[in-house]
Amino acid sequence: MNPLQITLLALGATFLLLWAKSPKNPRYAWRFGRAVVLTLASVAVLAPFVWLLAAVFKDRSVLNEYMFFPPLADWSKKTMNLENFSRLFQGRPSVQGRVYFWQYVLNSTMLATVSTTAQLFFSSLAGYALAKYQFFGKKALMACMLGSMMIPGVLLLAPIYAMAVKFNFVDSLFGLMLPGLVTAYGIFLFRQACMAIPNELIEAGRIDGCSEFGIFFKLVMPLVRPMSAAFCLVSFLGNWNSFFAPNVFLHSQDKLTLPVVLNLYITQYENDYGVFLAGTALAMLPPAILFFALQREFISGLTSGAVKG
Amino acid sequence: MAQTKLQYKSWVPFAFLGPYLLLTSVFFLYPFINALVLTFYQTNGPKSRVFVGLGNFKYLLSDSTFHQALTNTTLFAIASVCLQLPLSMGLAILLNQGNSRLKGFFRLVLFSPNLVGQIFVGILFSVLFTPRYGLINRTVQGLVNWGLEERWLSNPVLVMPAIILTSLWLWVGFNMVYFLAALQSVDKSLEEAARIDGANAWQVFWHITLPSMRHVVVFVVIMSIIGSYQLFELPMALLSSTNGYGPDNSGLTVITYLNEVAFRSGDLGLGSAVGWVVALIIFTVSLIQIRLTKVVED
Repeated sequence: MNPLQITLLALGATFLLLWAKSPKNPRYAWRFGRAVVLTLASVAVLAPFVWLLAAVFKDRSVLNEYMFFPPLADWSKKTMNLENFSRLFQGRPSVQGRVYFWQYVLNSTMLATVSTTAQLFFSSLAGYALAKYQFFGKKALMACMLGSMMIPGVLLLAPIYAMAVKFNFVDSLFGLMLPGLVTAYGIFLFRQACMAIPNELIEAGRIDGCSEFGIFFKLVMPLVRPMSAAFCLVSFLGNWNSFFAPNVFLHSQDKLTLPVVLNLYITQYENDYGVFLAGTALAMLPPAILFFALQREFISGLTSGAVKG
Repeated sequence: MAQTKLQYKSWVPFAFLGPYLLLTSVFFLYPFINALVLTFYQTNGPKSRVFVGLGNFKYLLSDSTFHQALTNTTLFAIASVCLQLPLSMGLAILLNQGNSRLKGFFRLVLFSPNLVGQIFVGILFSVLFTPRYGLINRTVQGLVNWGLEERWLSNPVLVMPAIILTSLWLWVGFNMVYFLAALQSVDKSLEEAARIDGANAWQVFWHITLPSMRHVVVFVVIMSIIGSYQLFELPMALLSSTNGYGPDNSGLTVITYLNEVAFRSGDLGLGSAVGWVVALIIFTVSLIQIRLTKVVED
């Protein structure tokens, strides 16, 4: 028996004891059980993150010695330091010359911010048109758009790659962004949000002499702001974390994004995993910061497509 | 309301839709048709190709590696539905009963793995599964006195369990958020009435709560099946020393196979054929969803 097993057994015994004490009304037993299960689940979810935090600051020599952080008594320059980060940032030689880790951070930032901005703009533009204008072929267009959401992206990757090679936009960040500048999913979300805007408001804008684009930009966009925030978050996360397409499209060492290069580092730094873990920890930071700043919008945006009423 | 005259010029909506129409015809419609064409060719890199008719599909039918990939992926899909969703539902029910501040905290914590991309999760867990020193090996040893020296990622029997375990950590909280939102919209008075009539907690859940949230349950089941068939990045990073294959192809998924044949070996035609197989599976599952939603509605 080890301490972990004893703790779990003790928790189970306490639950049964509470249950046996008042079998007619097991409210306290339930309350206790619920708190234990939720706490254990949270510990299980958080443990890898805490472990990662410890691992990136531990010196290579003590990486396996302590499970998480070393006890405070052993805390010194020899056990806890920034060695992993300094080795990560010293760069690696490649065909394109020495490439520094900053380059990948910059590439990923470029990809995520430019794609997100473009997706927000083009998707909201089309979503508004589908919600508030009457035109020939609208129903057919809606049907095609919804149908296109059922086609998996992996099916299109091979022909898009063939096209990229033919027209020479392979191995460039801009070429990678190009196919994903507008998404059917985004248009659908913005259409739903724009439907809720009263027509009178738009007509009032017209009577006041606002141009059609002016109405969209100055009247409609501020009204769908919660939706925009949620969409931006989801879109940023998707682009920041995307691996498949960048892995196919990008070849030069200095053009790779963080997910691609960190995946390569697993084999390149095989016996020195503090280094690629440090990179991974850094790559996890921006989404985490964004999420904690905007988490209410995030979860509402996530579930808005699925749950009604 | 009869519209006598449009208040805007008729080209205005097309100007708004212009970027979408242009981009989607170049980067969706054209590749989509091309994916159909490519399937009938064997290509060697994007530039040279030979017509092979249905040869690519014939090859897939006889290729044991592809069969292995399909088996692994199906196993993963079954595990997702049978392990992940009940766990998500259980946690959502527990979470739905408490006070709202703690609810927010637990929801945030359990959801947090989803901020991290699959590839980063794979990188992190590939180290957590280290024999003797890995966090998971140590924890499993502590729980059941077995597994400290186990090589999860190089033992063919343990590769799929390792991938499934990682996916549980990643997605239980994600599905829980959906279930939680659905639970909150269940009519409380119905549950109350059932309880007064003498139903126990399980009966209330099975006969009242679950049927009221059936739409979300169907939606989440279908989404997890569709997601499972697109599994790629997680095993790719977990098993990076074998290019995502795992020992004896034990961790090979359909998309890993597609990535291999299309982009590493350069046969975009065969890759397209695999893409169509995936599309067909997803399409069938989606049709089942539409059917199920209709059945459930009556």
